[in-house]
Amino acid sequence: MVRAEGRATPENKNGNENEYIAEFRDVTFVYNKGVTYETKAVDSVNLKIRRGLITGIIGATGSGKSTLIQMLNGLIKPDSGEVLIDSENILSKDVKLKKIRFKVGLVMQYPEYQLFDETVESDIAFGPRNMGLSEEEIKRRVESGARFAGLDFSLLKKSPFDLSGGQKRRAAIAGVMAMEPELLVLDEPAAGLDPAARREILGKIRDYRKERGTSVVMVSHSMEDMARYCDRIVVMNQGRVCMDDTPPKVFGSSEELFSAGLDVPGITKVAYELQKLGIDIGRDIYTVKYAADMLCEKYGLKASAENF
Amino acid sequence: MNFDIAFGQYCEGNSILHRLDPRAKIISALIFIVDIFIAKSVWAFLLLTVFSLMTAAASRIKARVILKGLRPIIFIMVFTGIVNIFWFKGERLLVDFWFIHIYLEGIINALLIMLRVILLLMGTSVILTYTTTPLSLTDGLEQLLSPLSKIKVPVHEFSLMMTIALRFIPTLVEETTKIMNAQKARGADFSEGSLVKRAKALVPILVPLFASAIRRADELAVAMECRCYRGGVGKTKMNVLKASLSDAACVLVFILLGVAVVLINKFASGFRIGI
Repeated sequence: MVRAEGRATPENKNGNENEYIAEFRDVTFVYNKGVTYETKAVDSVNLKIRRGLITGIIGATGSGKSTLIQMLNGLIKPDSGEVLIDSENILSKDVKLKKIRFKVGLVMQYPEYQLFDETVESDIAFGPRNMGLSEEEIKRRVESGARFAGLDFSLLKKSPFDLSGGQKRRAAIAGVMAMEPELLVLDEPAAGLDPAARREILGKIRDYRKERGTSVVMVSHSMEDMARYCDRIVVMNQGRVCMDDTPPKVFGSSEELFSAGLDVPGITKVAYELQKLGIDIGRDIYTVKYAADMLCEKYGLKASAENF
Repeated sequence: MNFDIAFGQYCEGNSILHRLDPRAKIISALIFIVDIFIAKSVWAFLLLTVFSLMTAAASRIKARVILKGLRPIIFIMVFTGIVNIFWFKGERLLVDFWFIHIYLEGIINALLIMLRVILLLMGTSVILTYTTTPLSLTDGLEQLLSPLSKIKVPVHEFSLMMTIALRFIPTLVEETTKIMNAQKARGADFSEGSLVKRAKALVPILVPLFASAIRRADELAVAMECRCYRGGVGKTKMNVLKASLSDAACVLVFILLGVAVVLINKFASGFRIGI
């Protein structure tokens, strides 16, 4: 596969500083300011998003995840603090937000409700067309977007309103992927889909990152999905970041997760119970495959856990 | 986009006005409108103003909210006021320049017209919309109009439509914001370019908005069918409206206000409004 222009690779313009694609500096956002029920949706958050990785953001409902990621492309402006994309403060006056929005592709929750055009093809082309690209380039991007999102080419000529729910979701994600952003941000990309469609879409996102080297930020409620697909996990609790670490570390500290109103993946619970029964395979179990490997190792078996 | 719709919004509270029967409030508001339009004398206006301020105070709604509600009509008010200044012929000429003649009476008249608009909006919103939930408002309206169903007017259906429309305003506002944000994330621009370009930029918002409104209507219809909704025939109510003495008193107060206005019009001297 040809990596398009290779612009999403870590080229390291200035050495270290580019290790992070995005950064929040002491960001605070208050909803309903000045009214009696004012709430701090995001409370002095400091967070760095690593380039080239899939970062998962988890948190209970109302913990500020969605607000936080909508700040990444300036849809929501923080009341205080700085948001940096590629070491550039996107809130400063001389930054054009439109440019930032092409750099940071945001897929909102339930994106299928934003489809509007006559054909799926022209809907996917909406973003690239706004970028002012040539028709040839738009065509190429529509196709690559559709391919990355796992959308069958035969659907491109159809009306988006004739697609099934899962196909609509894919078309909407393709519309953002076709913009070839450097940072792809997805709010609950798999919410409301059946397990097969879930796996497929999340798998496609992982493939997309692998092939294009795009950095990905993903919000989800599903601990299993996060454990499976993310390289790093950020845990939010009441507007604050309370953990930012690798999946084993995060899922290994269940007390913190429970106090944030979250849960651990089912398999982690299984590992706990096994530990209670005297079968200790560690507490940092978070995928079925890893658990199977550890168990095999413990008992000296050579079974293959490929199927997980 | 600014979705500031303070006028017509319910403000929670537990004042006398909040507790009154919606039917009494609807009737009172109608009488109040009549009171305002029959007022001619300056003194009648003074009485109405004092009365409106007292009602506003009784409703315990913050002055800030009421003032905010008046904001959308400032332009119309000032416009009608200014137009009236030029058209009114009186006795004391203040400005006489070319074709412009401004009389003192013209200015007073314009001020009274503006006051009338303010009282109209403030009075009705304080009596009705600020202090009555949309639901009890439509409930009251349905009850008041129910005699019309004898002559085959679908009163229940009308009130249901109104309830649903009111219920979905905030939902649709929220939906619009969401869709706009989604399209902005894809580089849509609603504030740049020619008028045609801007109108075209609305398509990516309107199409999904209509689609979702139709989807919601469909879902609502199914939900209603599931709960065996069969129209208004034989339907009983959970909250039966009961008029009390204070409701009758409220209506009476507004009628007396009208009588007072008529009497002042007849006997008081001083300036009278032209239109």
